[in-house]
Amino acid sequence: MSAARVGVVTFPGTLDDQDAARAVRLVGAEAVPLWHADHDLKGVDAVFLPGGFSYGDYLRCGAISRFAPLMEELIPAARAGLPVLGTCNGFQILCEAHLLPGALTRNASLHYVCRDQKVRIEQTGTAWTNSFGADQEIVLPVKHGEGRYVADTDTLAALEAGGHVVVRYVGNPNGSMNDIAGIRNEAGNVVGLMPHPEHAVEDLVGAPSTDGLGFFTSILKKLVNA
Amino acid sequence: MTDSVKRAAETPDEPMPYAELGMKQDEYDRVKQILGRRPTGSELAIYSVMWSEHCSYKSSKVHLRQFATKAPKSEALLVGMGENAGVVDIGDGWAATFKIESHNHPSYVEPHQGAATGVGGIVRDIMSMGARPIAVMDSLRFGAADAPDTRRVLPGVVEGISHYGNCLGLPNIGGEVVFDPCYIGNPLVNALCVGLLRKDQIKLATAPGPGNKVVLFGASTGPDGIGGASVLASATFEDESHAKRPAVQVGDPFMEKLLIECCLELYAADVVVGIQDLGAAGVSCATTELAAKGTGGMQVDLNLVPLRDPSLRPEEILMSESQERMMAVVRPSDIPAFMAICAKWDVPATVIGEVTDTGRLVMTWDGEVIVDIPPGTAADEGPVYERPYHEPAGQAALNADTPDRLPRPDDLRATLLRLLGSPNLASREWVTSQYDRYVRSNTVLAQPADAGMLRISEAMAGAEPTTRGIALSTDGNGRYAKLDPYAGAQLALSEAYRNVAVTGAEPLAVTNCLNFGSPEDPEVMWQFAEAVRGLADACKTLGVPVTGGNVSFYNQTGSTAINPTPVVGVLGVIEDVAKRVPTGFTAEGLRVVLLGETGEEFGGSEWAHVAHGHLGGLPPRADLDAERALAAVLVEAARRGLIEGSHDLSDGGLAIALAESCMARGVGATVALTGDPFTALFSESAARALVAVREEAFEEFAALCGDHEVPCSGLGTTGGASLVVEGVLEVPVEELRETHAAALPAIFG
Repeated sequence: MSAARVGVVTFPGTLDDQDAARAVRLVGAEAVPLWHADHDLKGVDAVFLPGGFSYGDYLRCGAISRFAPLMEELIPAARAGLPVLGTCNGFQILCEAHLLPGALTRNASLHYVCRDQKVRIEQTGTAWTNSFGADQEIVLPVKHGEGRYVADTDTLAALEAGGHVVVRYVGNPNGSMNDIAGIRNEAGNVVGLMPHPEHAVEDLVGAPSTDGLGFFTSILKKLVNA
Repeated sequence: MTDSVKRAAETPDEPMPYAELGMKQDEYDRVKQILGRRPTGSELAIYSVMWSEHCSYKSSKVHLRQFATKAPKSEALLVGMGENAGVVDIGDGWAATFKIESHNHPSYVEPHQGAATGVGGIVRDIMSMGARPIAVMDSLRFGAADAPDTRRVLPGVVEGISHYGNCLGLPNIGGEVVFDPCYIGNPLVNALCVGLLRKDQIKLATAPGPGNKVVLFGASTGPDGIGGASVLASATFEDESHAKRPAVQVGDPFMEKLLIECCLELYAADVVVGIQDLGAAGVSCATTELAAKGTGGMQVDLNLVPLRDPSLRPEEILMSESQERMMAVVRPSDIPAFMAICAKWDVPATVIGEVTDTGRLVMTWDGEVIVDIPPGTAADEGPVYERPYHEPAGQAALNADTPDRLPRPDDLRATLLRLLGSPNLASREWVTSQYDRYVRSNTVLAQPADAGMLRISEAMAGAEPTTRGIALSTDGNGRYAKLDPYAGAQLALSEAYRNVAVTGAEPLAVTNCLNFGSPEDPEVMWQFAEAVRGLADACKTLGVPVTGGNVSFYNQTGSTAINPTPVVGVLGVIEDVAKRVPTGFTAEGLRVVLLGETGEEFGGSEWAHVAHGHLGGLPPRADLDAERALAAVLVEAARRGLIEGSHDLSDGGLAIALAESCMARGVGATVALTGDPFTALFSESAARALVAVREEAFEEFAALCGDHEVPCSGLGTTGGASLVVEGVLEVPVEELRETHAAALPAIFG
């Protein structure tokens, strides 16, 4: 069979697209560049929305990107079950696009924070986390100024009750409610998280861990077994 | 009314505001002589910015020539001084371009934007060489950490660098943060950028080929930093400086990120003949320099410059320092392709003129000629000053006031912790955690490692693989340079050179940022002359050429200048980046080995500064032959895989190096010292490093040291949860960490 094809989206101001594409290739999948201005998902099997400062984060992080031509294709596809992972700015875009609930706001410290962060994988049933063990603690880098997850009380309760909190901080870096680092949609095909698995995939570079590989092996497993 | 060339000829005696633009009478007279008439307002704008200290190096030029005349032979040097940045051959067809530049004065006036646009400016310099920028570093100096104004300036500067650099997607892989009361009114913000390109793809700032089009692309032009180059960067601060706030430029990192990707695509499509970034002196600088280095002439219609503020006059357009702009020279047949790429990246681009063979730079406004000058006279033939200089009156007394008279401490444990928790030696995490060090996923080493290191292979899409990596470090010590500027500059180079070597990379080339007070003060000028002489001599001895850099004068408030602060950046190459040597003790059971010789050298030391607020005597001896031998050992040992971890010895001496090595991975050590323990622990003798060696590799390593005549003494073994200096002190690594980590957050929140 042909290799699983994972689209990696580039908006103006996207920064981690090369990193994400490399991580996709490292696990043996094909990385397909997707351009914000195209109405074309190029028939990919899954989509990675990488971090950065799309459109300069002007107005509000992710607020402009959600209207990009590519998103007009991506949003219905995600609702129909296409696996989508958004990290950092990608998570912000997923929230702005209402594919995930809640919002990412300015860190409680009011400072950008870049650090190697311990997190716990709490849901292993998603397209992006099925390679991890239950409650497995891993280290991934965080690097953001606006990563504080907030939602209203009902939404938060629903997230917790439904098992939609996928990744939780062990030692909260930004003041996120309930230490939330990442969440999923009802179906589990759409996941957003603030940490960066694509920066923790090689011994030589990036964070002092290769724990991020699990997200990429998960999607590969999901696609190959599909 | 437009002050045209025709009108200038008709009104020869009209008074012009040359003095307000920072121009001296004799300089103005020379402009009149060159033109054979009075300059128009627009021409005066061009000459005043191009002949400012900042752009013309008029006070420093005669000294900087030594970097060329004394330059060591280096086959690695592809582009030397005089271009936007130097370029060095790093092997396997790859080249690296790097440069450090100051943005000191703007960062004092408006810390966030001043520092942000400092990053933006140096990144565009690197882009204009045809390279992809791959990392930044920052060398920062502030007043005393607990001074009220430092709490205004430092957080703003860090946030500015953080916001701009992070948005650009460039990892910040190192630098310095130094506190000293002398910088209170004159903080130093020196930004470095390194870029990567194929050896055969170097671009130059030149405008050849009559008929070729001149394209201005990037942001539109607004009233930012008008007069910034000549007024802000070349004027001494007095109290009214806050009134100059609008003179600082405002950055848009999003536009710069688009410019980077756009330029790389333009280069790949081969539609750029020459290119120049717009920095200080904006359109004036870009047009005169491009024209002067090309066929010699250029015709520009200033009405075509896209404006953010339509009320701007031509003089203001010429002087505006609006950020995120570039100027390219493009063949007419390539214009459609050029414009299509710009449109893809949403980068506005406008043809504003063309190259001519007239030897004149001619500009029009509303159909009238407002500039008609030989471009070389503005770009290259500015005034050159042989400023008088002499040794400062107090220099001999300063050197005579040695630290010998200072009482030595009884409690060395307390001294270690005091130093470790002092602002200059404490953890930089409060600063560096605000910088993205991971983006692009090529960061092999970053702060707090001795040098930043990047792998090359994956740094650019589609390029051939290589095992190579590059390492970079910037260092400087204003206290050493105050005591002896000649030695101080050499020590700055020595430390950066050593920091690169301890990671296993071979030092290759140098950039420098020379921060001094007013060149009109003969005592400051002496410091400058000595520092340049020292640095040029040291570069020759160490075999590393200066590839470029920047001079920042007028870092003084009233008559009080900063300590002379030459900051030196060294770039090195490691053949196999997988063999990099991490900083500190990486495992238990390793032999702790000290390389180099320790003398009693406390002049300008961190101990004298922290414990006694003392600055006097002479700095440590700069021993360049010893540095060279030490680096040779470190590079060869890394190549053979003999060392597991390393750390250079510098501020705070062996005590701080041991503590930092333990904190790196939480691995303790037990060592024994010979001789006076205070000197052994806190002296700052140069040309020393600490390495951790596997027991079975020690014999081969010791033999290697012997071959290079590098003193090598086994001090003890790594392991345990404490740093133990037998019979002297014992501190749990956790206590070291707590002390080290707490200092800056306690001050800055």
